[in-house]
Amino acid sequence: MVKDKQANSYGVVLFHSTSGALMAEKLLKKEGIEYKLIPVPRHLSSDCGVCIRFSSQDESLVRKILADKVEVQSFCTL
Amino acid sequence: MRSIGANPGRSGHQLSIEAGRILIEAREALAELFGIDDPLRICFTRNATESLNIAINGMLQPGDHCITTSMEHNSVMRPLRALEKKGVELTIIPCSLQGELNPREIEKAIQKNTRLIVTTHASNIVGTLMAVAEVGEIARAHGIPYCIDAAQTAGAYPIDVDAMKIDLLAFTGHKSLYGPQGTGGLYIREGVEEKLEPLMRGGTGSRSESQEQPDFMPDKYESGTPNTVGIAGLGAGVRFCRAQGVAHIRAKEEGLTRMLIEGLQGIPGVLVHGCGDATRQVAICSFTMSDLSPSEITMELDEEFGIMSRPGLHCAPAAHQTVGTSPQGTVRLSAGYFTTEEEIAVAIEAVRKIAARSHKEG
Repeated sequence: MVKDKQANSYGVVLFHSTSGALMAEKLLKKEGIEYKLIPVPRHLSSDCGVCIRFSSQDESLVRKILADKVEVQSFCTL
Repeated sequence: MRSIGANPGRSGHQLSIEAGRILIEAREALAELFGIDDPLRICFTRNATESLNIAINGMLQPGDHCITTSMEHNSVMRPLRALEKKGVELTIIPCSLQGELNPREIEKAIQKNTRLIVTTHASNIVGTLMAVAEVGEIARAHGIPYCIDAAQTAGAYPIDVDAMKIDLLAFTGHKSLYGPQGTGGLYIREGVEEKLEPLMRGGTGSRSESQEQPDFMPDKYESGTPNTVGIAGLGAGVRFCRAQGVAHIRAKEEGLTRMLIEGLQGIPGVLVHGCGDATRQVAICSFTMSDLSPSEITMELDEEFGIMSRPGLHCAPAAHQTVGTSPQGTVRLSAGYFTTEEEIAVAIEAVRKIAARSHKEG
């Protein structure tokens, strides 16, 4: 199944600022999404801040939770 | 400080994130207090003065016009006077002897090149509240950004940036928000930051590849390491205000102010300045005596009675001219949420004794 294939893959969401990442973290925590704050991978951006890593299968949910609430820079796949 | 002494927003390690969370939580508490939808619209500063300097210097260019009032503190007046020398046009609307602003006078002063209206929310010498909602209405209708100096009101009087149509709200942490000295902030309404130049530029932990300042909130106005320790205290102070309720704080302070005004008005030889109506001012009361200078009264209050007041011009020379107390100034007594009725009674009695004595000597 497609779901099994995605079980170990991650997506990340990048923000313009760490403030944005921490605002988003609060929202995801409230909705019970599993996530991890990680330093922004160098190949994705030169920012020295943090981004949020989540399981790929939650991507549409994460997008929905953050929509209109926090300004997102971009979504990427790890 | 011992457990989370890291730089917020500069790395991804746990202590840096924890420091970042302190800033976010303070932003969220402030946003709730002022009816701000997005907490990231608030940038932190050292005090209301720095916030006002960002708003005034960032918004006005030579050839622009700015409207303000004659009741302003020097934190507004001095930046404006400096810009005036560089070619910014300035209109200062005279207020009444009670310190009240007629909003129609603001509307009449609007020109084609008016780029900013800035007024205090309440006078720092007589406490008189300005008709900010009316001014906000006028400013919004003309598409001119409106900046409020809320140094005297933030935490002590209800503020709602949407209802009052405020574009820029400058506040300090160390007064009625019960935070430490050296903390403050500026709320910037969405879109206004496009026209607002930052006062300082530098490292923000974001867009590190770029040698240009970020254009988004709050990083555009928050360069360099912030005062995380102070802002932790500010966040706690704001949460205290929210727990007590601004309406409750206001009701208590209004009662103390009424008691103070009425008590001082009843003393022969004492003149109370301002509107004399506790419902139309914050918890500040300015008075003078015919026979004693403000500094002498302040010294006697302090040395003999242990009552702390501030004499003189209170960094607001234009406002003292407006209410007719220039150049000698006034003695200012201020009450807070922790002031008791007993303390107010003792202060009134002390002024009564000083007045009676000076009258006899005089």
